Amino acid sequence: MTEMVKTSTPDAAGASSAVIRLVDLSKSFGQQPVLQGLSLDIPREKLTTIIGRSGGGKSVLLKHIIGLIRPDRGQVLVEGTDMTRLGQRQLNEIRKKFAMLFQGSALFDSLSVFENVAFPLREKTDLGEEEIRHKVLEMLEQVGLTGMEQKYPSELSGGMRKRAGLARALVLGPEIMLFDEPTTGLDPLLARTIHDLIQETQRRYRFTAVMVSHEIPEIFEISDYVAMLLDGKIAEMAPPAQFVRTQNPVIQEFINGGRGALCPDPASAGSVAAASQEARRP
Amino acid sequence: MIVSTVANLGATALSIIREMGRMVVFLAQTIMWMVRPPFRFLQLLKQMHFIGVKSLFVIVLTGTFTGMVLGLQGYYSLRKFGAEGLLGSAVALSMIRELGPVLSALMVTGRAGSAMTAEIGLMRITEQIDALDTMAVSPMQYLVAPKVLAGVLVMPLLVSIFDVIGIYGGHLVGVELLGVSSGAYTSSMESAVEWKDVYGGILKALSFGLIVTWVCTYKGYNTGMSAEGLGKATTEAVVLASVLVLIWDYFLTSVLL
Repeated sequence: MTEMVKTSTPDAAGASSAVIRLVDLSKSFGQQPVLQGLSLDIPREKLTTIIGRSGGGKSVLLKHIIGLIRPDRGQVLVEGTDMTRLGQRQLNEIRKKFAMLFQGSALFDSLSVFENVAFPLREKTDLGEEEIRHKVLEMLEQVGLTGMEQKYPSELSGGMRKRAGLARALVLGPEIMLFDEPTTGLDPLLARTIHDLIQETQRRYRFTAVMVSHEIPEIFEISDYVAMLLDGKIAEMAPPAQFVRTQNPVIQEFINGGRGALCPDPASAGSVAAASQEARRP
Repeated sequence: MIVSTVANLGATALSIIREMGRMVVFLAQTIMWMVRPPFRFLQLLKQMHFIGVKSLFVIVLTGTFTGMVLGLQGYYSLRKFGAEGLLGSAVALSMIRELGPVLSALMVTGRAGSAMTAEIGLMRITEQIDALDTMAVSPMQYLVAPKVLAGVLVMPLLVSIFDVIGIYGGHLVGVELLGVSSGAYTSSMESAVEWKDVYGGILKALSFGLIVTWVCTYKGYNTGMSAEGLGKATTEAVVLASVLVLIWDYFLTSVLL
C-alpha cells in the first residue's frame, strides 16, 4: 500500500505556505485505529478539501486540528505551535484564530439566530451592543438570512441553519475556517448554494479553509486542493485538476462512485474539472 | 469459569472506581471554573430560576401532602399514648430534619436534574459543546458551573419552603380536621425544635443541591452519542443522584445527631 501513497503537498513549494502541519498523527479509539501516522500540510489562504470513506476519520482529523481531540502520537502544528502540547489557556488563545462550521451547524438551541451570531462577539470582544447589532445584521445579510434574526434554530430549515452557523463562524473574522461536511443532508441545489457561499466568503475574507466533504464532483470546482484520507493516512493531495488524474485505482474508484475510472482517459476528466474550476474563479 | 467470574468482577470494580475518579475530577474542575472570571451572573440567575422557581409548584404540592400524611399518621400513633399534643413537634422535627431536605432533593432530581442531563447531553450529541470549545468558551464554566452553583444556592430555599408548607399541612390535618389544639401544636413544635435542627436541615439541603446538580450535569456531559445513550444517561443520573442523596443523608444524620 505504501508504494501507492503519493503525496504531492503544496509544501514542496515552500514550508512557509503551510499554516497547519499535521506530522505523523495517530489516533485509536479503543482497539480501532482511525489515524495511522497521518501527515498533511494545509496551505495558507487556500480551500483544502479532505475526502474519504464514511467513518474513515475525516471529522476526527478536523477535530485534531482545532484541539477538540488529542492524538495518541504526532504533532498538530498551527503556525509552528504544537497544539497537542498546550494547556487549556494557551489552547484557547490559539483557538481565537479558528472557527468551525459543524455538520449539524451546532447552533445553540436556547438562543435566537441573532444571539447565536452575537455570541462570539459578546464572549470574545468588548464591543458595545449597538456595534454588535450592526455586525450581526451585516453578517446575516451576507449569508442571506436578513429578517430571520429573531427565529430560533428549531424554526429554521437545514439550509438556513447552515447559513446561520456560517455567519456565527465568520463573525469574528477567523484566519482558519474548518467545515465539517457542510452540505450533508441538503438537496443538490441547496448544497450548491452553500458551496458557492463558502467559496465566495473564502475568496472575500481570504481565510485558510479546511473542508471535509463527500460532495464529489462539486468540491473539485470550489477547492484549491483535494486530499484523500485512506486507511488513516493521506493517500494523495493535489489541486483538483491533478487529483482527478491520479493513477491510484482506489482513489479513482472512490471519486467515480465505485464504477472505476469514469472516463476512459483520466486526463480528459481532469481537464473538465480544471476548466470548470477556472470558469468559476472570480 | 471461576477465573473468568473473578476477572469480570475485577473489571467491573475497576470501571466503577474509574468512573468515581472521573466524577471527582469533574467536580473539582466545576469548582475551579466557578471561581474563575468571567463570572456568569445571567447564566446563574437563569439556572436559579429554572431549578428554583420552576420547581416551586411541585415542592409546594409534595410539601403539603407530606405534612398532611405526617399529621394523620402522627395523630393516630400519638393518640395511643394520649400524646396528641406532641403532634406539632413530631411533624416539625420530621420535616426539618429529614423529609424536607430528602424529598425536596428527590423532587428536584426528577424535575430539574433529569432536564439538566437531557439538555447537556443533547448539546453534547449535537456538537454544541464542541462549538463552545472551538469558540474558546469553556463549556464547564458556561454550562456546568452555573447549574451546580444554582443548585447549591437554591436548594436550601426550596427545602425551607417545603418545611414550612409541610408544617402547615400537618396543622391543617391535626388541628383543623382532627381537633388537636392549635396552641399545643405550635408550642410543642416551639419547644422541641432547636436551631441545630434547622442548621442541620440547611446543611443537608446544601449538600443535596451539590450532589443532584453534580451527578446530573456529569451524566449529561458524558452521555453516549445516541438517543439511546442520552436516555440511559438520564435514567442513570436520576437513579444515581437519588441513591447518593439517601446514602449521604444517612452519613450526615449520623454525624449531626
